[in-house]
Amino acid sequence: MHETTPDNPALTPEPRASRLPGRLNKWHIASGALALLVAIPLLIVFSGWLQPDTELWSHLVETLLSQLFINTIKLVIGVGIGVMLLGVSLAWLTTRCDFPGRSLFDWMLMLPLAIPAYVMAFVAIALLDFSGPVQTTLRDWFGPGNFWFPEIRSTWGVITVMVLVLYPYVYMLARSAFLTQGRSTLEAAQTLGYGPLEVFRRVALPMARPAIVAGTSLALMETLADFGTVATFNYDTFTTAIYKAWFGFFSLQTASQLASLLLLFVFVSLITERATRRRAEYQDTMRSGKPPRFILQGWRGWGITVSLSLLFSIAFLIPFIQLCLWALDSIREEFDARYLGLLYHTLLLGLLAALLTSACALVLGFARRYQRDRLTTLTVSIATLGYALPGSVLAVGIMIALSQADNFIHSLTAYAGLNTSGQILGGSVFALLIAYIIRFMAVAHGPIETGLSRIRYSLPEAARTLGATPRQILSRIYLPLLRPGLLTAMLLVLVDTMKEMPATLLMRPFGWDTLAVRIYEMTSEGEWERAALPAITLVLVGLLPVILLVRKTLQDH
Amino acid sequence: MKKTLIALIGLAIALPVYATETITVYSARKEHLIKPLFDIYTEKTGVQIRYITDKAAPLLARIKAEGANTPADMLMTVDAGNLWQAAEEGVLSPVTSDILQNNIPAHLRDPDNRWFGLSIRARTIVYSTDRVQPNELSSYEDLAAPKWKGRLCLRTSKKVYNQSLVAMMIARHGEAKTSQVIEGWVSNLATAPFSNDTKMMQAIAAGQCDVGIVNTYYFGRLKKKDPNVKLALFWPNQDDAGVHINISGAGITQHAKNRDAAVRLLEWLSSAEAQQQFAALNMEYPVNPGVKPDALVASWGEFKADDLNVALAGKLQAQAIKLMDRAGYR
Repeated sequence: MHETTPDNPALTPEPRASRLPGRLNKWHIASGALALLVAIPLLIVFSGWLQPDTELWSHLVETLLSQLFINTIKLVIGVGIGVMLLGVSLAWLTTRCDFPGRSLFDWMLMLPLAIPAYVMAFVAIALLDFSGPVQTTLRDWFGPGNFWFPEIRSTWGVITVMVLVLYPYVYMLARSAFLTQGRSTLEAAQTLGYGPLEVFRRVALPMARPAIVAGTSLALMETLADFGTVATFNYDTFTTAIYKAWFGFFSLQTASQLASLLLLFVFVSLITERATRRRAEYQDTMRSGKPPRFILQGWRGWGITVSLSLLFSIAFLIPFIQLCLWALDSIREEFDARYLGLLYHTLLLGLLAALLTSACALVLGFARRYQRDRLTTLTVSIATLGYALPGSVLAVGIMIALSQADNFIHSLTAYAGLNTSGQILGGSVFALLIAYIIRFMAVAHGPIETGLSRIRYSLPEAARTLGATPRQILSRIYLPLLRPGLLTAMLLVLVDTMKEMPATLLMRPFGWDTLAVRIYEMTSEGEWERAALPAITLVLVGLLPVILLVRKTLQDH
Repeated sequence: MKKTLIALIGLAIALPVYATETITVYSARKEHLIKPLFDIYTEKTGVQIRYITDKAAPLLARIKAEGANTPADMLMTVDAGNLWQAAEEGVLSPVTSDILQNNIPAHLRDPDNRWFGLSIRARTIVYSTDRVQPNELSSYEDLAAPKWKGRLCLRTSKKVYNQSLVAMMIARHGEAKTSQVIEGWVSNLATAPFSNDTKMMQAIAAGQCDVGIVNTYYFGRLKKKDPNVKLALFWPNQDDAGVHINISGAGITQHAKNRDAAVRLLEWLSSAEAQQQFAALNMEYPVNPGVKPDALVASWGEFKADDLNVALAGKLQAQAIKLMDRAGYR
């Protein structure tokens, strides 16, 4: 397919906003249904406001909240800047430059994604705290107190660990954005005499903005909802207050109220970001050839190789080796035939969740593409909010919704003269999959939406005038062009589902233990070392789809 | 071969009979600490036991949401506060059983018989044998004294074990005195509170601080892994309140479908036969006074334990957390 029109977004015809004013069509209904699915558990969380506990609130306000706000803001700013800098520059280096080892780093840099953040946190503290091997060795060499060492259990420690596990979101989204940027645009910039840095800054970066924003907001939503990592550091954030209200003060209501504030904040941020992006379009010619890479030669190339090796060691290799050493210690008491079952459940749930969630996100993506009105912006934003809540709070919301659905079914059948009892939806695989879809919709939506935004409206338009059916347009135009985005979405959901803990714990059918459940069993009583075996199994399982994704997306380019 | 075949046929005939009786347990006690006992029970009686594990608060929320449809017959947790809360919210039903009354001392079960302790966890003082003489130590309260300035390590106040400890202190001394003790602890800290007991003990061993407060089974685990670690346990408050203890325990749910079978399981878990292993699996102490602790656990010495009813830990938990928040104990 050869494109001759210049890549000027302004020339791309955009469908009129609200072509059918005041009328609902199938996209409204589809995105509305998905928003409803997510909204029900969220409303249950919001219903905590019906019973405010003023005494507990005044205690929290007087003693904790101001410090927690400050901590949370520090964390969000630190992680936000960190993942953006790291994710974008790494993506640029591996997609648009060439240096020794580039094709290896291309996929290796995604690997930290497979390490659950709280596991990374524990490893970092085990290695770098006062009693860890690093400081112990330094004390042996220099004597106690004769050297300076940064305190790992500190703000910078949490930020560093979070950046190292979360940058892959930005990296992967920016990477597929850079990969689909056409030759002509970049070449035009190069013929204007721009060097690699300027092409990056003036052309590639602005065009990749939706992808970078999507990746960063995923990382920040996870940061805001995180409890495990900050708890390992004993670093108090807003979620600390949520869990304190629930587990300590036994007030699920107050916990829900706090969580709903968090949700409101994310919702407003998302709407604001979408509003500022609404008019801007970032489309690009597809398949106009592979732009040449900037070849980094000599010391510059090797400098990059060394820095990336260092980064990879810190973010993946060293923690992984430490986990392997611990796993060796415990493999005799820990490894048994049950691991087959754990693996099977983990993979099956992960794959099903990846497929279903990506399909739902695809529907949302199309809804927003064809219906650029306020209603759709709203429904899409609601449908992607599940990721912003702390996992346990969302899991309880979903569980309550399903239990009430069960009770409703029972009352219906009783009315019909039948006698049913027990659980129908609750505690089923179906319920668990619903929970994953609600939780990870945002994760799948990010890459799919940015993938869609790079497909010109004129392509399917042209196909339609040539007589192609909607199904043909989907299978011949959209799906091939969306492949990197779709695969990224599925991979992210797969890995996230495999790591997911609160919903899996609370809603799994009897006997359906997964690797994450096994990690929980060990870590909740402080046996971190014994959790190493399920943790590295999780990493290795996560490795396969990562490699698959890279091979698939590279074939396309 | 023949034997296996006969066994299989026997099993096939027996299964449908037993299959009618399946007890469902929601457990905050970890799988590897309960499964061995459930397996023994199933082998002994043929009663099947299925379970899910999670933290106590989500499990409680689930039982409440499921209401009359809950499959749960028994709720098992690792802290008296959580059991107390489950009883408060009305999800547990009272059990009248002479066996439970006889096997479990009164202060380790609910005064209204809605939950029962199954193992005892002692939270005591741990110290560096290099830098501390046992005669320097006396009580939890004494750790607030100026001589421990910069020498104390603590786990986070967010852990329920510390909340229970402080709650029981409030029960003994009232809020004002407890508050002074906690403020003293905070000003004596050598470093920010740790997220778990093991890390805290490792810090003492490495020389970052000299004393701390720990659940004994964490000490046992560390000692097993590193027999030469220069740490020892001290039993505080032997002249007054005694060592702070908490329980892991269980109760029968309000809407249990297999109430009788679940009660029988609970009774068995409190029996001499089960108690030894139930406690030994996690190096805890049995609740049943007729059962001796595991040899390794016994080697740490005997001690006088606090005999206030552990229900108080639940009742005063919120007050304890507020007090620690105000004292700046993170």
